[in-house]
Formats: sequence, C-alpha cells, structure tokens
Amino acid sequence: METFLGIDYSTWWFLVVGATFTGYAILDGFDLGAGAIHLFFNKEESRRIALNAIGPVWDGNEVWLVIGGGTLFAGFPKVYAAVFSAFYIPFMLFLMALIFRAISIEFRSKEPMLWWRKMWDVSYCISSIVVTLSLGVVLGNVLIGLPIDKAGNYMGSTFDFLNPYALMVGVTTLALFMMHGAIYLVMKTEKRLYTKLTIIVKNSTIFFVISVLLLSFYTLLYVPHLSLRIKENPWLFFIPVTMVLAVANIARRITQQRYRQAFLSSAVVISLLLILIAVELYPNLVLSSLDEKYNLTVLNAASSTKSLKIMLIVAAIGVPLVGIYTGFVYKTFKGKVKLDEMSY
Amino acid sequence: MDVEILSRIQFAFTISFHYIYPPLSIGLGLCMVLMEGLYLRTGNAMYEEMTKFFTKIFALIFGIGVATGIVMEFEFGTNWATYSKYVGDVFGSALAAEGIFAFALESGFLGVLLFGWNRVSKGMHFFATIMVTLGSMFSAIWIVVANSWQQTPAGYHIVGHGLEARAEITDFWAMVFNPSSVDRVLHVWIGAFLAGSFLVISIASYYILKNRYVEFAKKAFGIGLTVALLSSYAQFFAGKASAEIVAKYQPVKLATIEGHFDSSASADMYLFGYIDTKNKTTHGVAIPGGLSFLTHYDFNAPVAGLNAFKPQDRPPALNIVFQSYHIMIAIGMLLIALTTFGFILLKKNKLFNKRWLMLVFAWSVFLPQIANQVGWYTAETGRQPWVVYGLLRTSDALSQAVTANQVVFSLILFTLVYALLFALFIFLLNRKIQHGPGYENDDESETHSPRLEEMAGSFGGTIP
Repeated sequence: METFLGIDYSTWWFLVVGATFTGYAILDGFDLGAGAIHLFFNKEESRRIALNAIGPVWDGNEVWLVIGGGTLFAGFPKVYAAVFSAFYIPFMLFLMALIFRAISIEFRSKEPMLWWRKMWDVSYCISSIVVTLSLGVVLGNVLIGLPIDKAGNYMGSTFDFLNPYALMVGVTTLALFMMHGAIYLVMKTEKRLYTKLTIIVKNSTIFFVISVLLLSFYTLLYVPHLSLRIKENPWLFFIPVTMVLAVANIARRITQQRYRQAFLSSAVVISLLLILIAVELYPNLVLSSLDEKYNLTVLNAASSTKSLKIMLIVAAIGVPLVGIYTGFVYKTFKGKVKLDEMSY
Repeated sequence: MDVEILSRIQFAFTISFHYIYPPLSIGLGLCMVLMEGLYLRTGNAMYEEMTKFFTKIFALIFGIGVATGIVMEFEFGTNWATYSKYVGDVFGSALAAEGIFAFALESGFLGVLLFGWNRVSKGMHFFATIMVTLGSMFSAIWIVVANSWQQTPAGYHIVGHGLEARAEITDFWAMVFNPSSVDRVLHVWIGAFLAGSFLVISIASYYILKNRYVEFAKKAFGIGLTVALLSSYAQFFAGKASAEIVAKYQPVKLATIEGHFDSSASADMYLFGYIDTKNKTTHGVAIPGGLSFLTHYDFNAPVAGLNAFKPQDRPPALNIVFQSYHIMIAIGMLLIALTTFGFILLKKNKLFNKRWLMLVFAWSVFLPQIANQVGWYTAETGRQPWVVYGLLRTSDALSQAVTANQVVFSLILFTLVYALLFALFIFLLNRKIQHGPGYENDDESETHSPRLEEMAGSFGGTIP
C-alpha cells in the first residue's frame, strides 16, 4: 500500500471528499437556509434584500455540490454508483428542487407583478427546504446502512428511504441550515429586517438544539454503531463538547452583536458534525445492512492509487485558486446589502 | 419499455435540453468580452449599455444552464451506476478538474459580472467578464475530454472481469489528449461561438426590423456578424478534422454517417438521402466517391462498409446518425453562405435596409442551435451500441437497482419541469428584448431622441 506522509492515498482522498462536503455544507448551507426562512419576511423590500444578500454568491456555492459529487465519483466510483442508484427518488426530487430554486432566484425580479413575485418566493422557499431535506434524508440512510449486496447493488425497495431516523437527520439538517442562513442574513442586513432576523436566529438556534438532542439520543439508543468509536476512545469526546461550546458561543456572539463570530461558530458546528460522522464511519463509507463483508470501505471502493495521485495534484493546484477568488468575491460584496439597478 | 431505453431517453432529453444553454453562454460571453473591450477602448457609453443589456440575457441563460447541468452528473450515478464504476477511475479526474478549474472560476466571477458594476473598477469588471467566459470555455474542455475518451479511449488499462471490470488510468495526459479530444473541443467551442453570436445577430435584426434602438442594433449586429463569420469558416476546418478522426478510429460510425454498406466499393458522399435498412442500400443525391476522397484522397479507394461489421456492433438507428449528420453539414454550409453574404453587404453599406435579409437573420438563431444538437446526435448515436467505444456496451452500463417505474416517474417530472422552464425562458427572453437596452425611450420616436443622436454622433456611425 503506497502512502504519503504515512497515510494511504485512499484515506487522503477520503479527507478531500470530507473537506468538499464540509465546504459545500458551510457555503450552500447558508443560502439554502436563507431560502428556507424566506417566507418569514413579509415585505417586498425585505424579501429583495434577503435575496440579494445571497445573490452574488449562491451560484458559486452550488458549484461545491458539483465538486463534491465529482470528488466522490472520481475517488470512490463504487460508492457513487451504489448510493445514487439506491436513492433514485430522493435524488430526482433533489434535482427538481435545485432547478426550481435556481429559476426562482433568477426569475423573481424579472417581472414586477405581485402574484409573480409571490409565486417565486413560495417556490424559492419550498425548493430550498426540499433540497435540504432530501440531502439530510440521504445522509441519514447512509448513516444507518443500506441493504447492498456483494456487487454494491441496492437490494431494498423504492420507498425504504422514508424511515424515522433518516427523516430526523433531514429535519436536523434543515434546522442547522436555517440557523446558519439566518445568522448570515443578520450579518448582511440592517434596520427592521435585521431586528426581525435576530428573532429568527434565536428561534432557529432553539429548533436546531432540540432536533440535534433528539437525534443524538435516538442515535445512542437505536443506531449504536455510530457511537462505537467515541466510546472506545474517550478523548474523542472533545468533538461533541466543542460542538456544545460552539452552539453556546453562537448565542453569546448574537447577544454581543458580533455576527461574524456567530457565523464562524455556526460554520464550526457544521464542520464538527461532519467530522464526527467521518470519525464514526471510517474506514467504511457505506455500511451494508446485509453483511459486513459487503461494506464499501475506503480501501475496497477507491479508485487506483495512480488516479488518486493525479487528482490530489489537481486538488492541490485548484483548491488554493478557488480559495483566492472566492475570497475576492466575498470581499467585493462585503457589508450590508445595498439594492441598485442590477439587483434581483 | 425497459429500463435501458427509458434511461437513454431520459439522458438524451435532459442533455439535449441542457445543451441549448452552455453554447449560448460561451458564445454570448465572447461577444460581451468584445463589447466591454470596445467600451473600455472607445469610452462610448453605448457599448456599456450593450454589455449591460446582454449581461442580463446572459444571466438568464447561465442560470438555466447551471440548474440543468448538475442533472447529468447525478444521472451518471442514478441511472448509469455500472458505467460510473467502469469509467470513474479514468475520467473522474476530468470531472473533478472541471469542477475545480472551470465551474468555480465562472460561478465565482459571475457575481462580479452581474452585480459588481458599482463595486469594482471598470478594468476589474472587464477582467471578471473575461474570467466567466474563460471558465465556461474551460468547462467545455473537460466535459468534451471525458466524452472523447468514451469515443477514442486512451491512457487506460482494464482491471477485473465481467461485472467487476473497470478501466483504470495509466497515463493522465494520454487520457486528456486522446486521439479525438483536441479536434472535438475546437469543434464544440466554435459551435458555441456560432450559437452566441447568432443570438446577438438575431436580437439586433429584430430591433432593426422594428425600427427600435437602431444605432445600438447596428453596432451589436456588427460584433455578432464578425464573430459568426470567422466561426463559420473555422467550423468548416474543425469539422473536417473531426470527420478524419472518425474515419480513422470509428469506421462503423463513418460508414453509418454516409450509409455505406459494401466494403469492397468506393464510398459516396451524400448531400441528402436516406438509408434503406431492409435492402441495405442508400438513396439520395451524392458525390460519387466523395467519402473515399475525404478519407484516402482517392475517389476510387474502397472504404470499410457496414457489411464488414457484425450486426450487434453496428449503431441500431442508422437513419438517425445519417440524417443528423447531413442536417449539421447543410446548416454549416448555409451559415458560411449567410455570414459571407451579410458581411459583403455590410461592407457595401447595403445590409440594414434589406428587410427580407434582416428577417432571415432574426430567425437564423435556430440554425446553430439545431446544428449543435444534431452534431451531438451524430456523435452519440453513431457510437452505439457502445457507451465506451469498443469496451462497454450501453446495455451493460445501467444501474442494477433502478426499476422502469422509477425512470418513468423521473422522465415525466423532467418533461413537465423542462416544458415549464422552456416556456418561462422564452417568455422572459422576449420581455428582456422588448424592454430593450437601458436608456430611455422605448417607443418608435426614440431615433429622434437627443440623447441617442448625441450617442450616435459620438461614434460617427461606424461599425466595428
């Protein structure tokens, strides 16, 4: 087994996939969340400001989905094939919602009629919620494990994805993104919308705390394999502990009106949740509920070392570039939203 | 219908619909770079209006392009799981590079292009326009490289047997520069330039016909026509190069394209016609020995015909390949004639008062679109029954877990959503065109408005 800095290449790529998923969740997470709370704003101007707060960046954020899918496809084609063909219906709903969401943002401002704008507002909000829920539901199913056979083919039936645990993960994801999105919008707004958003931030944080607690208890009781590693290695308890501190810090920073710190804390919460999942799953990527031997692991599902090496070079060149111009774009649109002639 | 045909219909439908938009983005992006470049060079405010006007149309097109583009990446996994496992190792890296180098570039700078007018300097904004255009061209590179690998695989070896078999990469650069990729990238780029420039031409002709924003329209027409003229000639050579690659590496596709059956005979080149599949002959108007000349520079040289290949290794739908190819060629020739004729008249200052020709140009926006679509139909149906040429059959590439009912469900959804999307696109595009560029006066009397005359005066009525 070839290694780089003592770690084999497929584990390196596991980290890359994890990092792009985390990047996606942090970036698209806030604009999905902003969409999910969109209907809480009543005034036309508030809705426009909320939309323009994500206007210049949502497209770039969504690219992380393409990159994330690409890294999984490239590095672990067997996992990509197994998971995507297993969850045909949720992924199709996800795609439809993604399309509706894009056109809602794009089309809303193109006509002044009230019914037109309201229609796209509703479509924007619902599609943001469907995108988030379906992602969460797929994640939840991957966490409990799938009935996959030796060849990695899904043996379950079409609607097995609708189970309590997966739905709970879906709702928790939604709560997390709502909180994350609301904090982002607070950062970008002023006056009355801002005041309103501070209330939404509080409520969505409470919503998140309740759902994540319920999910944790359910996991401990009914999905024991997701807490094995942390029980065997107590030092890993620093992950959930830090997470609790980060959530507490969100509340503290909000009261201090230091929203950038609050936003960073919420990004930390998202990262820690994904790190926790990675720690518990590794070296497995997809657990087979039929037989442990059929688990798709970092080793048996990875592309060849040659391929992984090439892609690590691509990532090493590409990621800093993406970082530079993502930073530039965010810097350009820093500060509170101001509407002008080219706005949505 | 079985899962295979349903999945093929769904992929063909979703990718055909998607492919309306990216070529428009690339071509329109190039035209916008020229417009904004002219604005920076001349300082003429009309070019600024022009860039802003087309940027709004660009945003509409780009938005739909992104939304419909993710669909195919997902379909690889949902509908073509075996294919994903087979090719993942080889061109996963091409798709990852596309995401990182191309999509991130274009989407990142798109925000600056659309919303950055008052936030960054003019030079920086121009830079963003260039980056968005380059980004969209880069994405074409990687996706065409991946597709070209499926046409002419290189830089790989096969590992495993039966259902476990998959291609593994052995040489990245051999994969990237596989025999057909360079020629096909150029062919696709030029097709995109034609799509975008004809959109500019079409909108400009419409304004000229309606006698609205006339000076603006003439300038835009000039820019569009310049790009279209150069592209239509360049496409002749790029297309010929692609055809030579097909002749060398995909003889079955070549034989199908011209409906050539008998391997011992010289092959004709049809202007139009059809393949009589029952009697294994082709009827139509042809240049005798034309295909022999194209491939061997000899009118009498025999060319491998369909009879030389086993029935299970031939494309099942011969006439789709044949007709698609001939429609593409006919449109290509028509575009050369149209742009040349238009350019001569433009130089003689006789172009814009020919109403019939303006009407032709206004409708001509469909020609490159049709050519781009049927060109891909030729490439993709001509590759059948293989999904990876000579290695993996389309019928073996499916997801084992997916049922026909699921695909019917998603196919219906896609049909409904895309029909709605297309109707909205046309509606909004029309509204934008009706609304016109940013300056005041949207009635017929505007040609007499002082502001416009002042603007017209400042550039002396010359056309670039």
